[in-house]
Amino acid sequence: MSQETTETILDFGYSRRSTYIKVLKGFWRVYRSNKMGMIGLVILAAFILAAALAPYIAPYDPTEVFVGQNLLPPSWQHLFGTNEAGQDLFSQVIYGAQASLIVGFAASLIAATAGTLVGILAGYFSGLIRELLMRLTDFFIVIPSLVLMIVLASVLGAGLTSIILAIGLVGWTGTARVVMSQTLSVREHAFIEASRASGAGDFYILRSHVLPNVMPVVFANTVLVVANSILYESVLTFLGLGNPNQVTWGQILQFAFVSGAITTAWWYVIPPGLSIMLVVLAFSLTGYSLDEIFNPRVRKI
Amino acid sequence: MADLKTYYRTIRGPLKAVDGVSFSLQKGEILGLVGESGCGKTTLALSIVRLLPPASYVAAGKISLDGQDVLSLTEEQMKDIRWKKVSIIFQGALNSLNPVLPVKEQIAEAILAHRKTEKRNVEARIDELFNAVGLEPTRKANFPHEFSGGMKQRVMIAMALACNPDLVIADEPTTALDVIVQYQILDLIRSLRDKLQMSMILITHDLSVVAELCDKIGIMYAGKMVEFGDIFQIFERPKHPYTRALLKSIPKMEGAKTRLTYISGSLPDLTGPVPACRFQGRCPYGQKICEEVEPRSELVAANHYVACHFWRDIEKQ
Amino acid sequence: MANVGYIVRKLSGLIVTTFFVLTFNFYLFRVLPGNPFRLLFRGAGLSADAVRSLNAQFGLDEPLWVQYIIYLKNTVSGNFGLSFQTRAPVIGLIVPALINTAILLSAASVISIVAGILIGMLAAWRRGSKFDVSASATTLVLYSMPTFWLGLVLMFVGVIYFALPVAGMRSFTGISGIFGQLQDLARHMVLPLLTLVLGLTGQYVLVMKGALLDVFTEDFMVTARAKGISNRKLLWDHGFRNAVLPMVALVALNLGLSIGGAVQTETVFSWPGMGLLIYRAILARDYPVLQGAFLVVTVTVIVANFVADMLYPLLDPRVTEQ
Repeated sequence: MSQETTETILDFGYSRRSTYIKVLKGFWRVYRSNKMGMIGLVILAAFILAAALAPYIAPYDPTEVFVGQNLLPPSWQHLFGTNEAGQDLFSQVIYGAQASLIVGFAASLIAATAGTLVGILAGYFSGLIRELLMRLTDFFIVIPSLVLMIVLASVLGAGLTSIILAIGLVGWTGTARVVMSQTLSVREHAFIEASRASGAGDFYILRSHVLPNVMPVVFANTVLVVANSILYESVLTFLGLGNPNQVTWGQILQFAFVSGAITTAWWYVIPPGLSIMLVVLAFSLTGYSLDEIFNPRVRKI
Repeated sequence: MADLKTYYRTIRGPLKAVDGVSFSLQKGEILGLVGESGCGKTTLALSIVRLLPPASYVAAGKISLDGQDVLSLTEEQMKDIRWKKVSIIFQGALNSLNPVLPVKEQIAEAILAHRKTEKRNVEARIDELFNAVGLEPTRKANFPHEFSGGMKQRVMIAMALACNPDLVIADEPTTALDVIVQYQILDLIRSLRDKLQMSMILITHDLSVVAELCDKIGIMYAGKMVEFGDIFQIFERPKHPYTRALLKSIPKMEGAKTRLTYISGSLPDLTGPVPACRFQGRCPYGQKICEEVEPRSELVAANHYVACHFWRDIEKQ
Repeated sequence: MANVGYIVRKLSGLIVTTFFVLTFNFYLFRVLPGNPFRLLFRGAGLSADAVRSLNAQFGLDEPLWVQYIIYLKNTVSGNFGLSFQTRAPVIGLIVPALINTAILLSAASVISIVAGILIGMLAAWRRGSKFDVSASATTLVLYSMPTFWLGLVLMFVGVIYFALPVAGMRSFTGISGIFGQLQDLARHMVLPLLTLVLGLTGQYVLVMKGALLDVFTEDFMVTARAKGISNRKLLWDHGFRNAVLPMVALVALNLGLSIGGAVQTETVFSWPGMGLLIYRAILARDYPVLQGAFLVVTVTVIVANFVADMLYPLLDPRVTEQ
């Protein structure tokens, strides 16, 4: 069994293509054996594929109005029925995958980058920098996340960009904590001291030693951050902070709620929510499996 | 103990941590169980109180405490005799006490689990125990983290004596402590033994500790008991090659300076095929027969057992 | 037992954090671009009187730091300004809403914590059993659902199959007597409470189970077993007493997240609490309300964290020694 893939610390201080490829292959072998992780990955792939191929899969344009066919239950022509404006819900859900996933990814990109930056700096440098960064992180953790996101998105003006920013600027704390603890442990390793002794500057060390050893953990954590971001996006658009002209799953649910169709049209409510749940579940399963692999101390749930 | 076999389940097959160990201990005797790390001493101890970790099991053998067959008892019955008949002090008292309960409650619960008495009696008993181990009874309401390492060990000893057990097993009671504290603890154990006439199994890898306290000594190697008997006899006239090597490897304070001797090699992998005599491969006297035929434990003098094919020849040298 | 230094440290933390929150709140609403107050001003249609009174109240044509001082003074004296929608003092809207949310959230928290502890402990004790596996799976699934969606689904089920009320806190007609009122309140509370509880319990189950499993591997557990004490004592006096420590830390941390759940639940069920207040404020772009609500909610969480910090040493005697 390739021991290297299950160790958390892999020191490849300089990039070697062949090493990367070998490590990736070994990693895939380990990951494949994890049943839950594979299920998650498959579901994810299905959704991403559906989103990418939306124009080919969706039977109709999501904004196309079928006059006089409002709030119809599912049928062969409209697999998920229609909404109160007479639009096909199946197409909406398929197209909704695009925006929901994109917003989720974009927001997590911001959160992960900010979190990694804060985490690495806080972990590597001691003293005032670490104190300040830790206080900053704790401050953001104490403030209720959703409320802060609501306020931010509101002040920045409704719309998906505001939502992306709001989620990204609030959701970085989890990553920061994880990265900081990982950086702290990497820092203790001898090769850092050796590097220093041979005259390497801080930036060099950070870039070529600390960062590569922190990335696996960042990767595993970011998957979970994406799950969270998708959840938050749906909540924020549901609460009316999105763009009514942009279809996301949360947006569909918002229309359902506002139109008062909840208590009668189950087909309006179930599919978008179920999609959110499945995608988030898939990301979570994948994230937990990655966590198991990269963090040997983590116990299986 | 008769022919105890305790194995661990591993992916590669059963790991024979204890493989056919027999000995007997009289009341009031202290047995020193000696051996390298991994030779099975702790597993043996855990087998006696039947607190083996989930992956292990007793494959064969008999353990009788005061005539009672321990291995055939149900868990309920076992709970009954645990601590009352035999108590155990674990390695490294640093984490052996529950950090959120005051120590007197932890001792009290041991007492109350086996006897119904009033609070007054329990308190009095705890005071008595504290005094016996040299601790201030006023500190009994403190929490474990408020004690130093040596004091925690004393608390553990006090707790182990709470129900007046017939046998106390101490697994490396002094290993985690510094030398001065070690000495104090050993002194304490000695005085307790004198006062209470209790039997004890002292597990250690430190021969000097054994020399201080024990009446009998059992040398274990790779799951087998290779030599067993009265301590003076064994220290003066060791018969098993392993014992001889161990004793020789103790650096001498007196006399001319000699080079340190050590035993080369390491313990065999107990999941795979092993030579019949486990020490074969590291033994300077090893012959072909040692690989094929397991040496039986023979009585070579009063209360002195050795498991080696060539003990007579070795003695002559 | 509780060390004075510890209390002072935590209290000063409370004050400092609150101060930063106040400043942050100010920054959010006054300084950011797209700043609603300024926009409001540039907007048309306000009479000169209105403009003057807004000016006086918020000092909008003064330099920023003066505005800040005015803001601090106002906030500390409970003046959060007037709602854009109702022209009523914001504080008057916040206080009853806070109480209503407190009712819902405390009930939900208590139930989910107790349920989480019991289920988590059972799952850990019988690890790998059908109970454990199904509990963990259910938890994961519930955690992946948006709370508001869970509420919508429950609303649908509640109305169709159980004829439960789905909006508000009380019915307005046809209820008499204290008992009748309480019953009415309870009926209105069922669905939002269920939504919140289902959303919160999952995490508590996971953490409790994890904590207990960790405790089982500790040395003192073996010692405890060696003493021959009963299983019940093992589980509760030794297992639970230690596993509950990370749980308490989680509960404090979770307060922020449960507010998020409360916002969603109150919106769905029109429960007249802070969540609904915030929702309506978003729709109407009522920034004074939003600002006041944000402040109140955040400070409440900070205070609650402080209370948890004060209770923690009672459970873990090691803590104050730092």
